[in-house]
This record gives sequence, structure tokens and C-alpha cells, in this order.
Amino acid sequence: MIRSLPNSPIYKYTFRLYIALFYIFLVMPLVVISVLAFNDSNFIALPWEGFSLDWFFADTDDRLGLFADEDLLLSIWTSIETAFVVAFMSSIVGTIAALLFEEEKFRFKGLLYFLALSPLVIPGVILGISILISSTTAGTFLDNKLGIDLEWLAPGFWLVVIGQFSFCSTYVMLLVGARLKKFDRTLEEAALSLRATRLEAIRLVTIPFLKPAIISAFVVAFLISFSNFNTTIFLVGSDPTLPIDLYSRIKFSSTPVLNAVSFMIVLFISLIAVINIVMSRKK
Amino acid sequence: MKHILEVKNLRREFKEFTAVDGVDFFVEKGGFFSILGPSGCGKTTLLRMISGFQEESSGEILINGESMKGVPPEKRPVNIVFQNLALFPMMNVEENVAFGLKRENVSKEDIAKRVKKMLKRVGLEGYEKKKVTELSGGQRQRVAIARSLVLKPKILLLDEPLGALDRKLREHMKVELKLLQREIGTTFIYITHDQSEALVMSDKVAVMNKGILEQIDTPQNLYKNPKTAFVASFVGESNSFDVKSYENDTIVTENGWTISKKGLDFVPTKLFVRPEAFIINPDDDMDSIETTKIKIKTVLFDGANTKLAAIINQSGDEVLISLPQNAQFEDLKVGDVIKIGVHFDDLKCYKD
Amino acid sequence: MKKSKYVFYVLLVPVLLWLITLIVLPHIELFLSSFRFETDEGEKIISLANYMAFFSDEIYWRTFLNTAVYSISITFLAFLVTFPVAFYISKVVAKKYSSFLTLLLLIPIWIGELVTIYGWMILLGDNGVINNFLISIGLIDTPIEMLYTDFSMTIGLLYMSMLFMIVPIVSTLESLDDSLIEAASDLGASKWTIFTKIIIPHSMPGITSGGIIVFMLVIGDYVAPNLLGGKSSLWFTEQIYNKFLATFNWNEGAAFGFLLLILSSAIIWLALRASGQKLERVGS
Repeated sequence: MIRSLPNSPIYKYTFRLYIALFYIFLVMPLVVISVLAFNDSNFIALPWEGFSLDWFFADTDDRLGLFADEDLLLSIWTSIETAFVVAFMSSIVGTIAALLFEEEKFRFKGLLYFLALSPLVIPGVILGISILISSTTAGTFLDNKLGIDLEWLAPGFWLVVIGQFSFCSTYVMLLVGARLKKFDRTLEEAALSLRATRLEAIRLVTIPFLKPAIISAFVVAFLISFSNFNTTIFLVGSDPTLPIDLYSRIKFSSTPVLNAVSFMIVLFISLIAVINIVMSRKK
Repeated sequence: MKHILEVKNLRREFKEFTAVDGVDFFVEKGGFFSILGPSGCGKTTLLRMISGFQEESSGEILINGESMKGVPPEKRPVNIVFQNLALFPMMNVEENVAFGLKRENVSKEDIAKRVKKMLKRVGLEGYEKKKVTELSGGQRQRVAIARSLVLKPKILLLDEPLGALDRKLREHMKVELKLLQREIGTTFIYITHDQSEALVMSDKVAVMNKGILEQIDTPQNLYKNPKTAFVASFVGESNSFDVKSYENDTIVTENGWTISKKGLDFVPTKLFVRPEAFIINPDDDMDSIETTKIKIKTVLFDGANTKLAAIINQSGDEVLISLPQNAQFEDLKVGDVIKIGVHFDDLKCYKD
Repeated sequence: MKKSKYVFYVLLVPVLLWLITLIVLPHIELFLSSFRFETDEGEKIISLANYMAFFSDEIYWRTFLNTAVYSISITFLAFLVTFPVAFYISKVVAKKYSSFLTLLLLIPIWIGELVTIYGWMILLGDNGVINNFLISIGLIDTPIEMLYTDFSMTIGLLYMSMLFMIVPIVSTLESLDDSLIEAASDLGASKWTIFTKIIIPHSMPGITSGGIIVFMLVIGDYVAPNLLGGKSSLWFTEQIYNKFLATFNWNEGAAFGFLLLILSSAIIWLALRASGQKLERVGS
């Protein structure tokens, strides 16, 4: 039944077959996308017309490749910017939250922790519309009553950042919190006993310990932000992020350039995965 | 200022129990003071209150005559060597030792000088750049002590720092710690559940049980004249008997061993006799000796520590008896019936 | 531990700001605006009209129920499909491969829903890879209609959510001591008994966390139903999107959103109750 027990061949091979089918199911869409990115055709479909890099580099009337498509490049850049800011902000606040909930005791802690976890079980749509409605209400209020026009309260870059930050912080908190649970609390006490202030103890001892977790939480937040659609769609302004751009192109004007972008994403993620393997091998 | 530390009626209550229940003591400057007690007796809470990691419920702690009320740990002139040592794994030996000095804004040259001197003192010269994870148990111990001592604390608190070491190394470190303390003269307060650590190293030992200090004394007195039943049973080995009655200067144990003990002004409930207090085949003309017959059950050979496990004929009580270190009684066998005696003064009686 | 108080506030204030301004207040505002209603005369009033709209139009509440039933079914389906995989990774395959297989599972997650759903569109279309393949080997003559059906929507929802089920189950299974299974086997238990009496009970926390996350992702998803679903496969999120992005009736959309929030919270709460788990556990 398990690796240490003898298993009948039927059990073993049926199981293997199932797993193989599962992984084929898993990679099939990725393989198809990637292969068709190199198809010398104007349609996203078989048959195979021969190898071509047109959908990456062409700049002709009927073929606009990825690196010539300025709108697409712009949305990729917007997504990178957004993801970077979101990852940065949520790494800080998520780490602070992890420290707060792991190290401090205070009234209403349970309630606050529940709130901090709630983005896990609130559908992204709901987060998106609540932030849209309330930022609009706040913007109107400030404009009408105080005559202040805050641009970042209207749909656009900063509202997307705010919306994604609201749930990315939860993921950072959980990832950093998991590492903090393994932290030997006496190290912080030792620092205090050696004349460090509490902030110095956190900065010099706790944070260095958490560093690997904070880095991976940053990457996770970056990737979540980069691929987010459900929340972002409500908050986006005139500059779409990549998923929004992809969505409207799939819906209205798909060409194999979509495969080219997707291929680049697949490549990028696989690269991160490989780095991950190499890093963990080192340890 | 003779007393470096004074603790006055210190209490610490938690929701479900009282960890420290009114503790009074003082520690003399330059002394090696141990607090000895079983796990859960409150000694760690006491240590954490002295170091400032735990707030007292009531009472007062004075260090060098100054009240420590409301003073945070980093401002107290004490340092701790933690049970697990708590060396910073992300720093090397030198950085660990320099950590506290940097916090005190000591100049770079001074830090370098003091760190070097301290590492030399604890015998870790040349280990400056080593990672703490590469050190042996004993070396890590020394780094932890050096890291604290380099700050010249008024008191060094040690929380069972030898607990994690293997037996041989622990024996060695006991001696080393004691010598180090003599040499530098800093007051050490040592927390342990291991009586041998406390007895070997300390000038004074406080025995703690259930949140109170049962006895504060020199190791010798603690062993020879335990003031309470707990101390008698916890410090050193003892044969213990429940006492049924005390009439006409005679103690009768629960199982019926009758033995005379003059002049008690209370009715004891417990009787303790150390294994080495028994005299095997005493001469009949010895004074103040009570004798009884025993039957040898087995011989527990342990080198210089060899004992007999035997049964008192009269009552069936089991006793352990130390064998003298000469070969005098080598031929004793299982099943032999012999006479033993015990001096009146070695019958330690207590009332709960 | 006695700590200087100011550090506590340094930690507390940013967290409070985050939770109050971005979680609490927006949801209160969502709730409030679901009661705001603009009459034909342009007068702004407080009323239940937005909720009435939901109950009075069959298509809305039918979609609502449909979405709920579908989401629960897909969650169970995801469990059935992925549990053997989780078991294989954590208990059967040689240890040196298990971390590689787990990493492989994460790749589609990080690539993101939009790209993978797009892949399924290419696979399932009338002129897509699968139909092409089936025709070329002579199994069929005309393409099977797969895209824009409940089938394709289910595949898409399953694909994008099921991996979130495996990871927590793998981690609970890894904490199950192999010797328990060996002992049970030694004591004569059948595979089925071992499975139902030892393996499933032990992995229940992982199954619950995974189930909740899958359910939440599915019920709140828009991309898969919208891009892969047919005319008849309506998803409740699509109604919300329409209210906000097509008809611009935000107040009604807020009411719909609030109903979805209540639905998903209620089902998650029931799942937590039934399995005796706490939300905290879902996070780990």
C-alpha cells in the first residue's frame, strides 16, 4: 500500500497509470499553448504549418509579434510594476502582522486574527467590488465636502495595488508566520538580555532568521499579484494589467501572440521552479 | 554594599497557580548562589523575574541596592546564560560576543580588545570567525558565557546551562565554571534541578519547592542538616520511612520498625536515614547507637558507590546501605542476615 | 514577557490600518450600499429593492443555486481526482521524487488561471487539438462539441482549483507515520479498512482546508465559466460582473455580492462545523 510494504503489480501499475494520466492532464494545456506559439499560422489551431518566431518578433500587417506589440508590452510592464509594489508592501505589512500575532498578547487578538485570515475565504470578486464601492464613496465624499480630489481613489494603478495588497498580505503573514513558529523565542530574550532594545532584537535577530521566508513570501505575493484577475478587473483604470489585457484579447481579438505571451509566462515560472530546486539542493 | 541581590517577599501568580509564593533571600557579592529544585518548582519563573522577562505580582527585587521595578531586561545589570544557550546562529563567535558591546555603543577598538580578551579568558582564542553551529557543546557553552561576561554584569544568571551536555563534559564544565567564577569574581546565580551541580559549585544553595524556598544554606549544611522533609529527600540519597507513632522517645514506622530517638518536641511523620549513616556490624559498646537486624536482598555494585539493598527483619522495610570503601565487607552475600546500627543524630525526623 | 509597549504599537498600527481600511470598512460599505436604491425619479432611498430584484427574477436565484450546487460538486470531484495523487506523492513514490512532483503541481498555479484556461480553449475547441487528434486517428468524423458547454466549464474550474486541494493533503499525509499503516497491515487490516480508518481520518484537516479553498475559488471564479462555459452555464459571479461592468447598477451588484458572500461564508462555516476545524487551520 505504501512504499515500505509489498504491493501487488496490478495495484502498482494501475496507480502509476493514473498518476501519469493526471500529470498529462496537468501539462497538456501548457504544452499546447507553448507549441502553438511557434506555429507559422495566423490561427490559434492545428494544423502545424511549420516553425516560426513571427508571434514573438514579426511586425507586419497581419502579424504583430509580442515584442512589437506595444499595448501588450505596456500591460506586461504595468503588471510587473503593480506586482512589485504589491509584493513590497505586503511583505512589510504581512511580516509585521506575523510578528504581532505570534509574539504579542492583547485584547481582541482572536477577532483581529480572524479578520486577517478572512481574505482566504472571501471570493476575490467581493474584495474587488467592496474596495471599488468604498473608494468611490470616499472619493466622492472628499471631493464634495472637502474639495480634495484624490486621484488614487479612482480606478487605476494605485487602486489595483490597494486591492491586491489587501489579500496578498494575508499570504505573506501565513508564510512568514509559519517560519516564526519555528523561531526560538529565547534568541530574542538573549538579545534583550545583552542590552538590545526590543526593536533592535527584532531587527538584528528575528528578521535575519525570517529572511528566507520573507523572500519567498515576496515572490509568492509577486506571482499572485501578477496573475490576479478577479479582484483587479474592478479596480483597473485605463492601463490594464496583463491578465486583464489577455482576457479581453481572448474574448475579442485572439491571435497566436497570446500563445507567445503565455509561453513566456510558462518559461518564466518554470525558471523560478528550477531555481527553487537548485536552491533547495544546496541546503 | 554587601548584598548584590535582595529579593523581598516576591510573588508571581498565574491564572491557574502560584509559581512563586513569597520568596525572600539575598545573595552576597561575588558569591556562587544556586537555586535548586525539581522542574515546575518555580525556579525558572524566579529567574525570569530577576532578569526582567517576567513581571512580579508583588514583592521587590533589588540589585546592588536599586529597585528593579519596571526596569526592562535590557536595562538591568544582569545577563543570562540560557538553558539552550540561545547563541545567534546567523552570527559567528566574535559577533555573538560583540553583540552586547555594540548595543552599548562601545567604540570599535574597545569592542575588538574586550572581545579578544574575553575569548582568551574562556579559551576560545582563534575561534573568532567560526560559525557557532560548528562548535562543540562545550565551546558553545563558553561562547554563551563569554557573550554575557564581556558586558561586566553585576550578576550572571545561569539557567541550567549544562543540561544539554553529555555526562563526562558536564562533570568537566562544573569544575571549569566554578574556577571561572572564582577568577573573575562576578556573582553567579545558578538555576538547576541537578543537586550535584548545585552542591559542587555553590557557596550557597537555596532549595525551592512549590514556589517557596525550603532552605538556604551552604552545601555541607544542606546535606548534613536538612531543615525540611523535602530537602532531606531531594538533596542526596535517603531512606525514607512513614512514621506511625512517637511515644516514650520511641519511633514506630508505618511497617513496624521500632527505634528510639530521644528528645523530640513534636510528633514526626517522616523519618530519613542516609545510606552512609548505617554502620555495618557495629561494636556493642558504641554509644548512642540503635541496632537492628537486616537481611541482604541484593548487592548494587557501583564502584565506590556500592550499596546493599536489604530488608529490616523487624518490619520488612526496604533500606539502602552504603558499603565502606575498604574490602572489609566484600564477602557479604545475598541472603545473609547482619546487624546494622545507626547513630541517634542521623535519624532525621520531620513533621509535614 | 515584559516588553516595551511602543513596539506593540509599532506592530499593531499598520495591521489595524490594513484590516480596518481594506477589509472591515469596504465590507460595511458593500453592505450599506446594497440597500441604496435610486428610484425612477432619481431619488436616493434606502430600500430592499436590490434584494427584491434578486428574488423576483428567476434567472438570478436559479443561477445562484446552480452556482452553489456546482461549486460543491466540483469540490468533491476535486477531492476524488486529487486524493490518489496526494497519496502517491506522500506515501508511495520514492522520497527523492516527491518534492519534484509537488513542485510540478505548483507550476500551473503560478502560471495563473488566465493562461491555463486559454490552453483549455485551444484544446477543447471544435477546431482544437483534441478534435483534430481524434479525427486524424479516425475515431470520429465530425468534431465533438466540447467548448462552451458545462463539460468544458467543469474541466476549467477543476483544473484551476484542484491543485489547491493536493498541497494541504500532502502535508497532512506526510505527518502520518508510515508505521501506523504498517502496524495496521500487520494486524490484518485490509487496504479498505486502512484507508477508511487510518488514512482518511488522519488527513481530514488537510481535506477540509483544501476543500474550503477549492470551494472558495470555484464559487468566486469568473474566468472559467465566462471563457469556457456555454450560454446555459451561467455563473453567479457573471451576474455581479454584469451589474458592475455592463449595466453599472452598482447597488444591485452590491446586493448580489453580499448574497454571494453570505452563501460562501455559510457553506464554509458549515464545513468547518462539520469537520470540527477552525479557520486558523485553513491558513496553514
